Amino acid sequence: MSAMDEIWILGIHMTKFGKHPDKDLVDLGVSAIHGALADGGVTMADVGVLAVGSTRGGGGMGQQLQKQVGQTGIPVYNVTNACATGATALRTAIMAVKADEADVGLAVGVEKLAGAGLLAGADRKEDSEVWEPSGRYGAVAEVDGRIGTATMPGVFAQIGMEYGHRYGGTSFELFAKISEKNHFHSTLNPLAAYTKAMSAEEIMNDVMIAYPNTRPMCSANCDGAAAAVVVNGAKLKTLSKGQQRRAVKVSASILTTDPWEEACQILPNVNTLTRNAANQAYEQSGVGPEDLDLVELHDCFATAELVHYDNLMLCEEGGAPDFFNSGATWRDGQLPVNVSGGLQSKGHPIAATGIANIWEVCQHLRDEGKQRQIEGAKVGLAHVIGLGSACGVHVLEKAAA
Amino acid sequence: MANQVPLVSYLVLNNEPHLVAHECVRCGARYFDRRNACAACFGTEFRDADVATEGEVRAFTIVSRAAPGIEVPFVSAVVDCDGTSVRANIINTPPDPEHVSLGMKVRLATYSMGKDENGTEAIGFGFEPAA
Ligand SMILES: [Zn+2]
Repeated sequence: MSAMDEIWILGIHMTKFGKHPDKDLVDLGVSAIHGALADGGVTMADVGVLAVGSTRGGGGMGQQLQKQVGQTGIPVYNVTNACATGATALRTAIMAVKADEADVGLAVGVEKLAGAGLLAGADRKEDSEVWEPSGRYGAVAEVDGRIGTATMPGVFAQIGMEYGHRYGGTSFELFAKISEKNHFHSTLNPLAAYTKAMSAEEIMNDVMIAYPNTRPMCSANCDGAAAAVVVNGAKLKTLSKGQQRRAVKVSASILTTDPWEEACQILPNVNTLTRNAANQAYEQSGVGPEDLDLVELHDCFATAELVHYDNLMLCEEGGAPDFFNSGATWRDGQLPVNVSGGLQSKGHPIAATGIANIWEVCQHLRDEGKQRQIEGAKVGLAHVIGLGSACGVHVLEKAAA
Repeated sequence: MANQVPLVSYLVLNNEPHLVAHECVRCGARYFDRRNACAACFGTEFRDADVATEGEVRAFTIVSRAAPGIEVPFVSAVVDCDGTSVRANIINTPPDPEHVSLGMKVRLATYSMGKDENGTEAIGFGFEPAA
């Protein structure tokens, strides 16, 4: 592989996740961009391509940001891919740099969701006066609530329950303990939306949303943004020793969608596309799950984290409950997962998540994780999934000293 | 039956109410929505296929928070009907983990959703415990 083919994260930044009532989407996006450019030691004049994701920001968020940080005339790609939007923006910038259309790319994800409540299944229509079939199912009335649930907590609850049905070993308490871990991890992350430890018992006794997911087991809606500057290896060689030392290598950048399988249009199958993405990422990077020092995976619900241990092949097939019960995924375990606090506690400003999880991994690979540093971390993996579905997996490696 | 309509067009109301799928003629993949083509093999020919009315709960959740107008709690499930997966509510049993379990045997059941201003009655469906 030539230096031209290598992709490096030169600079990366995430804002504090939480409530930012006095900031709009542009303010948050600009904070992330300025942070990432400063972290990488470059300016908008160096950037050759911009990819921006915001699922609720309307169109043209990229151009809105340019109007504040620099209208240099470069191409902008406004992207959305549900919860994989941030990873898709990053992947878009990486593809442009890989294709040698630019040697420096900038990816941004920004969202304002504080207080948003249920994101899907919240805009149910009133039944009409007359029972008249319409739509692709010929439905005479709203089907959400009558034919299953459209809510994300409910969909992901079923995904966790299905895993339990297939392999055994799951329980309400097990899922609550996964959430307990992530809430504990967040106590060391000053940028997390919530930083309060919660016991499994407290979590189980909290408000039930969709059994077995109670409120603290659901991703926290909040505001936030993240941005990353990527460069190819040839460009990196022209930069300072300091920039080279802090650069993080993107050893794999993968995006997949869900291949057709029986039942996939009944209950989204988040397993196969994640497994496919992981397989491709391990193949592309030459890194195996046994080489990973930390993982940030898409724990949009406690039930989701469990199935992704298996999908990312961090454990044996069917062995996710045993793997978790061994303590492996706690920050002092054999393979720490979501040391940031994860989506359940750090928060989930949708489009920012797929870059913020990479920021977290970079902190550790750069030895800049401060109080939550995973000592000696050299290789990490970041995973997101957006229902519909799209899955992003990035494998990241520390720069050779 | 003249004054009845099913909640969705894939629910067939006759002496033995059942679900009917669009089955891909080429590969056998089954769907419940109006199709343009097959997502599995890209074929464009479909035939109607009756879906078994008995099945097994493969996944479920008890929804306690939903959009306004939806009665909670209710049970949302995936039912494996002899190899065809169906999304439905589990009905005619209390919505709690003591009465709904993974692997439980269920059968199709219909219920009235009420009449509209023309006197037409809509019929919904769910699955109820078979034992
Ligand atoms: Zn087919």
